[in-house]
Amino acid sequence: MRRFTSFNLVALVFGLAFLYLPILILIIYSFNASRIVTVWGGFSTRWYVELMHNESILDAAWVTLRVGLLSASVATVLGTLAALALVRGGRFWGRTLFSGMVFAPLVMPEVITGLSLLLLFVAINFDRGFWTVTIAHITFSMCFVAVVVQSRLLSFDRSLEEAALDLGATPVKTFFAVTLPLIAPAVIAGWMLAFSLSLDDLVIASFTTGPGATTLPMKIYSQVRRGVTPEINAVCTILVALVTLGVLTASILGKARSPARTP
Amino acid sequence: MAKMLGPVRRAFQPWNDPSQPPFIEFRNVTKRFGDFTAVDNQSITVYEREFYALLGPSGCGKTTLLRMLAGFEEPSEGEIFLDGRPLTGVPPHKRPVNMMFQSYALFPHMNVADNIAFGLKQEGMAKADIAVRVEEMLRLVKLQDFARRKPAQLSGGQQQRVALARALAKRPKVLLLDEPLGALDKKLREETQFELTDLQESLGLTFLIVTHDQEEAMTMADRIAVMDHGRVIQVATPAVIYEAPASRYIADFVGDVNIFEGRIAHLENGGLTMTTAAGFTVEVAEMPQGVARPQAGETIWFAIRPEKMVISHERPPNATTNVIEGEVWDIGYLGDVSIYNIKLDSGDVVRATRLNASREVERPLTWEDRVFLSWRPDAGTVLVR
Repeated sequence: MRRFTSFNLVALVFGLAFLYLPILILIIYSFNASRIVTVWGGFSTRWYVELMHNESILDAAWVTLRVGLLSASVATVLGTLAALALVRGGRFWGRTLFSGMVFAPLVMPEVITGLSLLLLFVAINFDRGFWTVTIAHITFSMCFVAVVVQSRLLSFDRSLEEAALDLGATPVKTFFAVTLPLIAPAVIAGWMLAFSLSLDDLVIASFTTGPGATTLPMKIYSQVRRGVTPEINAVCTILVALVTLGVLTASILGKARSPARTP
Repeated sequence: MAKMLGPVRRAFQPWNDPSQPPFIEFRNVTKRFGDFTAVDNQSITVYEREFYALLGPSGCGKTTLLRMLAGFEEPSEGEIFLDGRPLTGVPPHKRPVNMMFQSYALFPHMNVADNIAFGLKQEGMAKADIAVRVEEMLRLVKLQDFARRKPAQLSGGQQQRVALARALAKRPKVLLLDEPLGALDKKLREETQFELTDLQESLGLTFLIVTHDQEEAMTMADRIAVMDHGRVIQVATPAVIYEAPASRYIADFVGDVNIFEGRIAHLENGGLTMTTAAGFTVEVAEMPQGVARPQAGETIWFAIRPEKMVISHERPPNATTNVIEGEVWDIGYLGDVSIYNIKLDSGDVVRATRLNASREVERPLTWEDRVFLSWRPDAGTVLVR
């Protein structure tokens, strides 16, 4: 292994600082006692306390949580099924098209996804609100689940399933007794990822939401336009902590040694 | 009494008994994958309690045959029968056969006992009965102390035994073994080969094994079907396969062999004399069986195994046929036997082996010695293909 040269070290420090310094400052200032965001007035958790009494922010957080839990769960089921179809379906008719369509939302600009969903909901006269945001989140997060689960399935030893069938398990029983437990880390990682994505989505939610279904990112965005308050810093810090936790868990589970391979 | 090829372990020869019904029958089975024909219109008959080996190089279609019997593949044409019943359309989980996989395919998230119990649970067997059967299977494969271990905590040999126990737990009518010993080292493999044969005999099961290892097939099987390019080219007992192979391909695939091309000089008393391209004369006591009688002048091949030739420094007295002269070119000392590569004056290299029966030899063979190789008229066999 190559040792760190001083140039590498400097590059690394600047790179990480560029990425994380703003977030770090945000976290620090969320513990600021002063009302003026840019002036440090000593350590305090008063903004977190105040946050707990801010009805509108709490409402938004509750909406976000519900949307996240529901959309992540549905996206996980759909994404896992899509991954199974892609890996296991063999060369069914339209496979290339299907795989392209599953993965297109990964690279699709959010504005386009949001706008097209909005047009769809308007066209079918669907009342916009909690359900439309949830459906929109399912749409864009299921492809991430599909990618994660697919990579796990590709390294899966098919003879394990054949062994289960051979021993008399029905195909359905085989899926739940053998396949699912072995791809579970990827499925959970996919759920975490979908949940994190839903939690911090602003663009798609803005397009598809309606009255009474303001998500936390939308709330923050609208408040910031009226000036940054320390309260917002506190909310953001909590969000950063949640997303970090989700992404970390997802990557740890994803990297966990694949038990599908017999050593 | 008729002359026998090789040892006769027991009088178990259902294939010679016309009244014996077939247990497993592949009837004109063809399997195609796209343009590739893996199995080409083959009919195979296996009898109850037989240990039957499908032997061949990779890609010869042997595994496809096994997978069709297990139900993982359906034949493109033809039918498979088990105990008189057609298996067409029966899904794998409803077939009374169990398979031991090449990769063992142990469920990594279950411990040894749960792996063995898996098939029994699917049957809906009572919990207490499952426990008894699992205990019995663990004893059978000598893994009583490992019931709570996960497969990853076992050695390759132990995993192989768990796989065997799991496949046997349901008392299947037929056990299918797909290269079962491939991952084991040589010593363990030899031990396991004998254990498997003993087990098969004591349980009275029908075993169908797929292997590319001729030694494995020879040690264990009652009969071997040698396959090549989707076809079975000879079905016979190990001794017949070795001593009377049906073609040059089989002679070469199973064991070491020297093959000489030549022409028939004349035929006499059921035997023949041939002149080889290398310039010596071979006298063969017996004509090959089951082929049309060859004519004088026809091209044939003479095959002789290395251990059936005698190496000597002096020309055997009165010998004019079945003797060749050459120079020791290479020596391989294997401990129990030594392999000698003898270069003939024609440039051909012939392989002969000699048992190292004593520890010291008065005049050992060494490099560049002039030696004679000789053999009895019944030591080799004539091949027409």
